[in-house]
Amino acid sequence: MERNVVLIALFAALIAALGLLPKFTLASGIPITAQSMGIMLCGTVLGARRGALAVVLFLVLVAAGLPLLAGGRGGLGVFTTPWAGFLFGFPVAAFVGGLVMEKWKSGNTTIVAGVAAIVGGIGALYLVAVPYYMVMKPAGLSEALITAMAPFMPGDLIKAVITGAITGALYKARPSSVLSRA
Amino acid sequence: MISLTSPVRTRAHSWPAGAKLGALAVAGIALFVFDTLPAQLGAFAGMLGLYALPGRLFLRTGIERLWMLWPFVAIIGLFHLVTQTWLEGLLILLRLVTAVGLANLVTMTTPLDDMIAVIRWLATPLRRFGLNTRALELSIALVIRILPTLIDNGQRLTQSWRARSRRRPGWQIVMPFTLLALDDAEHMADALRARGGLVDKKGDFDGT
Repeated sequence: MERNVVLIALFAALIAALGLLPKFTLASGIPITAQSMGIMLCGTVLGARRGALAVVLFLVLVAAGLPLLAGGRGGLGVFTTPWAGFLFGFPVAAFVGGLVMEKWKSGNTTIVAGVAAIVGGIGALYLVAVPYYMVMKPAGLSEALITAMAPFMPGDLIKAVITGAITGALYKARPSSVLSRA
Repeated sequence: MISLTSPVRTRAHSWPAGAKLGALAVAGIALFVFDTLPAQLGAFAGMLGLYALPGRLFLRTGIERLWMLWPFVAIIGLFHLVTQTWLEGLLILLRLVTAVGLANLVTMTTPLDDMIAVIRWLATPLRRFGLNTRALELSIALVIRILPTLIDNGQRLTQSWRARSRRRPGWQIVMPFTLLALDDAEHMADALRARGGLVDKKGDFDGT
């Protein structure tokens, strides 16, 4: 019990801390933050339920007014933009990613975690974020894909691959701490 | 811990947080219902007027926070310029900035403790569904406590990377960063358990 609560709190803090790390610049020159990698890691390391709870805890603190989103953003304002679907999709992304990890136990952890990060952190996330954008802005599908999905896609794919690598390495170093496999 | 609360104490600081949140919800719905240019312009002006009431410092801080929206405004603006639907674009942008402005206003005038009290109140009915609200409150405190330690770890890892490499630190430090954090978490869990832990065994917040 205590361990689970601490790990959930820790990963909520980890999402925030990753948003504060300096932006990585890709070879193509696109700057990306590691924050959404934190969401993916919640799922692949903590598993579905605990991962989603860590993300919810993070969002509760953002809503309460702590500037924990990348770029020091926070407060209730960030939940009112048409892009807020990404925030609401974050717990779903972690849950789905964790579910993939839990259901697919036999494979190599690095590869499974990479797939889990893509299915959860990209597939499930955009399934929430794109329709939300279409309703809230309001926008058509093609507009939503261009303005809400395309700019983030290359970075997200890279982050999913890195999430796989990190989860695999963590599993090697601390197998008991990777709860999605325990 | 830095929060987004205003540097100036306003009269709205002492209003009940629940009432401010309720008013915000009503305003948010109204922004979607009254979808005409005069209404949106009026709401936008009213929002700026609210920021101006407590004085210049408050207004400036508020506008600095709203300024963070510019990449979003640029993307939407560009799209509507290209597709020649500028009136629709203007309406959408006005609504976006007004909605974010009003929500930020509530955040700026509501101390963190008041917000957490609202969260606790909102979570109370969930006890029936097995949520351990004590664990929820503890975890909020834990995040606020852990975060500075994590940032410190991150800075030390960045420095040691810089001391050894000419390249900029990148994703490579995320792995040791997470590993350090996991080890800290195990110690913290032991410490919590040693101090009596979370006695309420009915709790379900941890997902087990």
